[in-house]
Amino acid sequence: MDDVSLLFGQFLGGLTTAMFLFLIASGLSLVFGVMRVLNFAHGSFYMVGAYLAWQAVQWLAPMLHSFWLAALTAALGVALLGGLIERLLLRHIYGREELYQLLLTYALVLILGDAAKALWGTQQLSVSRPPALAGSIEMLGATLPVYNLFIMLTGVAIAIAGWLVLTRSSAGRLVRAAALDREMLGALGANVGALYTGMFVVSSFLAGLSGALVTPIQSIVPGMDVEIIVEAFIVVVIGGLGSFWGTFWGAVIYGQVLSFGILILPSFSLFSVFALMAVILIIRPWGLFGRPIR
Amino acid sequence: MMKTPFSSLVRRVPWVLVVFVAALTIPWIGTRYDTFLATQIAISALFAVSLNLLLGTTGLVSFGHVAYFGIGSYVCGILMKTYAVPFSIALPAAALGAAFGALVFGFFCVRLTKIYFAMLTLAFSQIIWAICFKWNDVTGGDQGLPDVPYPDLDWMSSIPLLDGLRISDKFYVLTLMVVMLSLAAMQRIITSPFGLMLKTIRENPERTASIGLNVRSYELAAFVIAGGFAGIAGALFGIFNRGVFADYVYWPKSAEVMIMTILGGIDHFWGPVIGAATLVLLNQEITSYTEYWPFVLGVILLVLLFVFPGGIAGGLATGARWFRRKKGAPGDA
Repeated sequence: MDDVSLLFGQFLGGLTTAMFLFLIASGLSLVFGVMRVLNFAHGSFYMVGAYLAWQAVQWLAPMLHSFWLAALTAALGVALLGGLIERLLLRHIYGREELYQLLLTYALVLILGDAAKALWGTQQLSVSRPPALAGSIEMLGATLPVYNLFIMLTGVAIAIAGWLVLTRSSAGRLVRAAALDREMLGALGANVGALYTGMFVVSSFLAGLSGALVTPIQSIVPGMDVEIIVEAFIVVVIGGLGSFWGTFWGAVIYGQVLSFGILILPSFSLFSVFALMAVILIIRPWGLFGRPIR
Repeated sequence: MMKTPFSSLVRRVPWVLVVFVAALTIPWIGTRYDTFLATQIAISALFAVSLNLLLGTTGLVSFGHVAYFGIGSYVCGILMKTYAVPFSIALPAAALGAAFGALVFGFFCVRLTKIYFAMLTLAFSQIIWAICFKWNDVTGGDQGLPDVPYPDLDWMSSIPLLDGLRISDKFYVLTLMVVMLSLAAMQRIITSPFGLMLKTIRENPERTASIGLNVRSYELAAFVIAGGFAGIAGALFGIFNRGVFADYVYWPKSAEVMIMTILGGIDHFWGPVIGAATLVLLNQEITSYTEYWPFVLGVILLVLLFVFPGGIAGGLATGARWFRRKKGAPGDA
């Protein structure tokens, strides 16, 4: 009985990690799928989202205690930041060699990382859990904080919403068309520039939102940007760069490998996730659910 | 073709030799701190030039070059500290270890292209990082491997002029020798028929394959050579820094050396050397009055990408061409 509850607890932990990573990596994967830019700064957007959420909680504190309003403010703030960056900088490097694209987004990592340090210092910051989600529930003998359950449901909700938008709406059709052939889409009269900005704003919003949502369970520290981006890379590589459902299942696989890796061989869990990434790239560079890119 | 006497004079000076000799005099004319900076520049230059063998010469965007630097560091550090192996054996062992690592990883990497190649090199470098970070018994884990000893440099005392130097100065002289020999070797490789083939691959891999060349083997050979020299740089750095730590292998370090290389200019052999010197000195200047060096570096990188994509060497070459054209010398393109 103990074994079952331990394993189930590990499984739930992995699932929480997975849904978090899906929230972050989905934006990264969408941007790569459509714009063919691998955005190193996506982790920085996540970090900025976390700091903004903390800041918004401080500002709102005298009036009302609303974590949700703070999280939404943070996500919108990051979306705005992303939109500005796309318009001012990224716009000019589409279609250039990947070396320059990687380095441009890396320059943003450096700049945003230091800007966050200058604005919020280097000490750990934390946000308390929203009271409505403070408790925990028992499942098969394992304890699951209600907040973690909320994260899982949010992940699934975003996945379904994203899938509906991509497959059922006209905007989604444009996005899929842009991923296949952007010149042709432009020639057909669609405003590809605006579409790219929109995509980047949505992607930044998701990064900012996940940064804000992580604050009640993880403290905010400098360096969380470079740490998370590598994890997000692993997730999108497993599922397939640019594949939406691939990112979802990639996150689930990553979460379980990490969670059970820690249980079985603690010192090898770090190693095992990177090894998994390498193996996938060697066997199927386009990932488990992706398509080869011409 | 007519040339102004001045520019032909400029061309005839063996600049590399001049810089080398000037660098060699630093322990005698400079302060202890100058030697410290010069050692750092020499090691970074070697590391950056080794990356450029992939980036500029072969056109491979490796985002995990720090793995081979790290392997070199750890192999040399472990051999010298834990097993008291002399430097004359530990250094070649570090180069071979790094080259072997590059052979194993590179075998898989060269099968991929573009972004997938970059991702796989990143994954492998993170694997090395995870090993260094967690394998406490051998690598010291997150504590690293402090107090790597200096090599035995007593033999230098028998050479006149060198006998009065501090151990750190002697190590600088040794580093400079190793770096210059390595750079000379790499330049020979790049100007050899083999090096020309690498450049052909960079220009057009499909076409190179269609004339009957095994592109993957050439790329793998370049990967191994670059890895080996990165290993030498890593070995020297571990001794210079008096210890080997897992931080050396963390992925942002790969980006750092990439910035060095691009800043100097990937189209010129000596570009990365200029980039390394500029970045080390700039870091020194800027960190003396602000802690926000990464911010400054990020801004430099943005300016570089948008204004000078050819780096400093590229900018100088363009400037020189412009200067000559203005003087009316015909035939320059």
